[in-house]
Formats: sequence, C-alpha cells, structure tokens
Amino acid sequence: MTPNATGVDAVIDVVTAVLLIAGALMSLGAAIGLLRFPDLMSRMHAATKPQVLGLFLVLAAIGLQMREWWVWPILAVAWIFQLLTVPVSAHMVGRAGYRTKHLHPELLSTDELEAVVLRAAGQRAAEKAQEAESAMPHTGKARNGGNARNGGNGGNARNGGPSA
Amino acid sequence: MKDIVLIVTAVILSLAAAGAIYRIAVGPSLLDRVLASDVLLAILGAALAIDMAVNRHLNNLVLLVALTLIGFVGSVTVARFVADRRGQVNDS
Repeated sequence: MTPNATGVDAVIDVVTAVLLIAGALMSLGAAIGLLRFPDLMSRMHAATKPQVLGLFLVLAAIGLQMREWWVWPILAVAWIFQLLTVPVSAHMVGRAGYRTKHLHPELLSTDELEAVVLRAAGQRAAEKAQEAESAMPHTGKARNGGNARNGGNGGNARNGGPSA
Repeated sequence: MKDIVLIVTAVILSLAAAGAIYRIAVGPSLLDRVLASDVLLAILGAALAIDMAVNRHLNNLVLLVALTLIGFVGSVTVARFVADRRGQVNDS
C-alpha cells in the first residue's frame, strides 16, 4: 500500500482494505461455524466460505494493489483451480460422512439418498438369495427356498418394487 | 492505513485459526478434523494473500496454489479411507 496516498491511490487503498478485512472475516465466519454447528454436514456448509469467497476477495485485493493487467489472469487461474478442487473434496468428505452415519437424520429436511440406498440394499438382498438358490439346487432345497423368499420379501418390503 | 489493515486482519485470522485448531483438537470424528484442517489451510492461504496484497509482491502465489493442491489431495485421501466403525455411530 502507498504511504500518504492521495487521489486515486487513496481510493484504491480503501477498497483494498475493505476487501482484505472482508476476506479475513470469511475465515472467522468459517471458524465460528465449525465451532457452533451441530454435525458434519452443516459444518461443511460453513467451511466453504473462506475457500471460495474469501479467496476471491483477497485475490481481488492483490489485483487492485499490483495495478498490472497481466496479474489478473494469474489470479483468475489460482481462483479457478481452487473452484475446481473444493467441490470434489467436499463431495468425498460428504459421501464418507453419509456412509459412516456422521449426521443427525432428524436435522435433515429431506434425505434423497435414503430411498436410493434402500432400493440398492433390497436389490442386493434379492440377488444374494437368487445366487444361494442356484448354487445349491438339490441339497436342502426347502431351506434355500425359504431363505430366498425371506430375502425377496425383505427387499420388496423396503423396495415397494414389482419384482415379487 | 497499512498497519491498521495488517493488525485487524492478523487479529481476525488468529481468532479463526484458534477456532479451527480447537475443532481439530476436540472434533468428535475424523471427518470433522479433516474439514477443520481444510479451513486452517484456507486461513493460511488468506494470510499469504494478504501479505502479497499489502506488500505488493507475487512471491507467494505459487505457494498458494500448492497449498490448495495439498488440501485437496489430503482431504480426498482421508475421506476415501474412512472406516465404517459400527460402535461409534452418530457420534458427531
């Protein structure tokens, strides 16, 4: 920043200061969200603030202070790189969190994944029952048939599907 | 102006880093710790970028991109190999 700035320099310095402090406040907001939100999913919501908007604000401040046109494409590349990597890692963390049940189901308004998981579980149970039936066709047929019917019923009860 | 901005952002980022480190320390599950360390990396990146903006240089830009890459690889790797511990269900 220019010492004893006047005119345009002073205006740019004030804008830069506002951008920098806003970008730092994004980090503070993420930390407060990490401390106060109840489960992993809502903490993930807070954690993306400094990674995207905070980085954008401080990179814009750098671009304003350098005052060279060739800086902006480099800063844009740095920001787009962050924009490409953050959703992928957030997806992986969210998927692992759902699979290991790091969530409070009563806090979710909708759980669209639950129906998919249940349907896949029902299909897998039906396939396993069919395999058990075809693997041992003549030894203990009655028991295998019973297993298959149980598996199929369990799958259908959760599935609601037509494969009775 | 320069000193004021530096002091204010340093205080804010220190508080934010303290919160993230607290969540890393007590976070009930591994994924919470991964998330908090991601936030800590973002705070470090913000500090590097503020240094560049205030002192008008671009020396840290490569370090900033490398920090992004490290955070990405680290969190994806840890999330990929999180074990499903049946005894600790819903402890977040």
